[in-house]
Amino acid sequence: MSDRDTTSLLTPELEPQMDSLNPEPAPRPSRPRQMTLNMGPQHPSTHGVLRVVLELDGENIVSARPDIGYLHTGIEKECEVKTWQQVVTLTDRVDYLSNLANNLVYALTVEKLIGDIEIPSKAQWLRVMMCELSRLNSHLVWLGTHAIDIGAMSVFFYCFREREDILRILEMFSGQRMMTSYIRIGGVALEPPRGWREAVGKFLKQFPSKVDEYDELLENNPIWLNRTKGVGFISLEDMLDLGVTGPMLRGAGLKLDVRKTEPYSSYEKFDFDVPVYTDNDVYSRYRVRLDEMRQSTRIIKQALEGMPEGPWQADAPKIVLPEREKMKTQMEALIYHFKIVTEGFRVPAGEAFQAVESPRGEIAYYIVSNGTTRPYRVFMRTPSFGNLQSLGTLLEGRLLADSIAALGSMDFVLGDVDR
Amino acid sequence: MLPEILQQYPVAQALASFDADAIAGGKFDRGELTLEIDAAKIVPVCMRLKTEEKFIRCSDVTALDYYPAEPRFVVVYHLHSLARNERLRLKCRVSGQNAAIDSVTGVWRSANWFEREVFDLFGIQFRHHPDLTRIMMPEGWEGHPLRKDYPVTGNRV
Repeated sequence: MSDRDTTSLLTPELEPQMDSLNPEPAPRPSRPRQMTLNMGPQHPSTHGVLRVVLELDGENIVSARPDIGYLHTGIEKECEVKTWQQVVTLTDRVDYLSNLANNLVYALTVEKLIGDIEIPSKAQWLRVMMCELSRLNSHLVWLGTHAIDIGAMSVFFYCFREREDILRILEMFSGQRMMTSYIRIGGVALEPPRGWREAVGKFLKQFPSKVDEYDELLENNPIWLNRTKGVGFISLEDMLDLGVTGPMLRGAGLKLDVRKTEPYSSYEKFDFDVPVYTDNDVYSRYRVRLDEMRQSTRIIKQALEGMPEGPWQADAPKIVLPEREKMKTQMEALIYHFKIVTEGFRVPAGEAFQAVESPRGEIAYYIVSNGTTRPYRVFMRTPSFGNLQSLGTLLEGRLLADSIAALGSMDFVLGDVDR
Repeated sequence: MLPEILQQYPVAQALASFDADAIAGGKFDRGELTLEIDAAKIVPVCMRLKTEEKFIRCSDVTALDYYPAEPRFVVVYHLHSLARNERLRLKCRVSGQNAAIDSVTGVWRSANWFEREVFDLFGIQFRHHPDLTRIMMPEGWEGHPLRKDYPVTGNRV
């Protein structure tokens, strides 16, 4: 016992770490207790592969930095090695929830480059009708998933029930539910199928009451109202400076809709309103999209009732594939078919820019041609990319719990962001 | 000096009276006005366009690669004026050697990501950009995919 070592085990280096054992701990240096939270890339509420690096001070978000690129597939590069008509299938895959708007903006830009091609009015009206159906599809997916994020489960099932009807109509027209590639350069891919009027008419008869149903489900839901009203404010000035477009701007009182300001594909012949709300929060963005669904129904109704007769493709044998019957009987048609399929068609050299209102905002393609059968450059200005840029400003200084509602109200598609 | 074909366009005239040497050329094609701007003057020109000509939206910034021609790159800006419902395209030629141009992030914050994308995919430097890092490709990626000498398939040259 006597030769026991009595030196303290607590060396001077270790002593500060024993603060909490002391009856009077030494005061800690005051520093902001910030924490870095990595949200995503596989977070369910980001609806895709988005990573947000959040700096938190307790429940408050000090800064939010979106990190994108996980879904980058180099679509713009791939466009440069496809023929003009083949690129249509790639545009489907950019924004897979509103692929028809992508098809349309690509077709319009190339038609602008070609110049002397006249799209028959039936094709234009079909394009409008299909685009509005795909807008409904996109808004329904948004509403369902956004409501799930906030905690209203049943809206999702209601929305996807009607979405199924829309997808069936899309399949009827194009043979595909999602990647339709329906709008082609020079018109649309196929003649409207037998019985399409009845199918669209039946859908139009049901749909308005369903929108009222969603409205009722959410409007009388105090949790929904508390979690959306006054949440996710970002000033209009910031949004314009950061490149935001679409329902977010219209939820802040700015009536910017490309369908009205720069009408394309005969939208000027349709009678519809641009819904605008001024509260600039998640709730007003929801109201804008809900009202847009009603307006889209109006447009589809007009398109159905006033659908012009005539061809659904332009009279441009060098661009549009000939009818099967003609190919069997006419030499010329066979030659054109062979040329289009093997080599593709040439587009005059030049550049063109075209903007279209997609469900998410302004989608614009800038295409450069050098006179060959393949595009020289296809640039896609996608609405989700522009909108997501405002995420940092939108979340800064807000509560973490509100970030999910704010994220959802932007309605981005990550395929559209990363391309 | 303002080229003759541009004299009927108020935007071009206003810019020419602001800085006579800024406009190097331009055209009006397919209903779209394009002005070619001297790359060294892009920031003052954009500032002027935003404050005086009300082009408050910068819709996008992108680039074109004319490899192997020189100057190799063209940086393209699409502007949008809400007050006049008008769009305008600006183009700047940038040399392939040490490709660089001043950033317009100070004029429109929306240019931030678009310039990062051009830096990432074309390898054009944007001077005075607040955060010039890769945005689409992983960090440490070699090469710039949208350059014309970058292959679509196979190994990089």
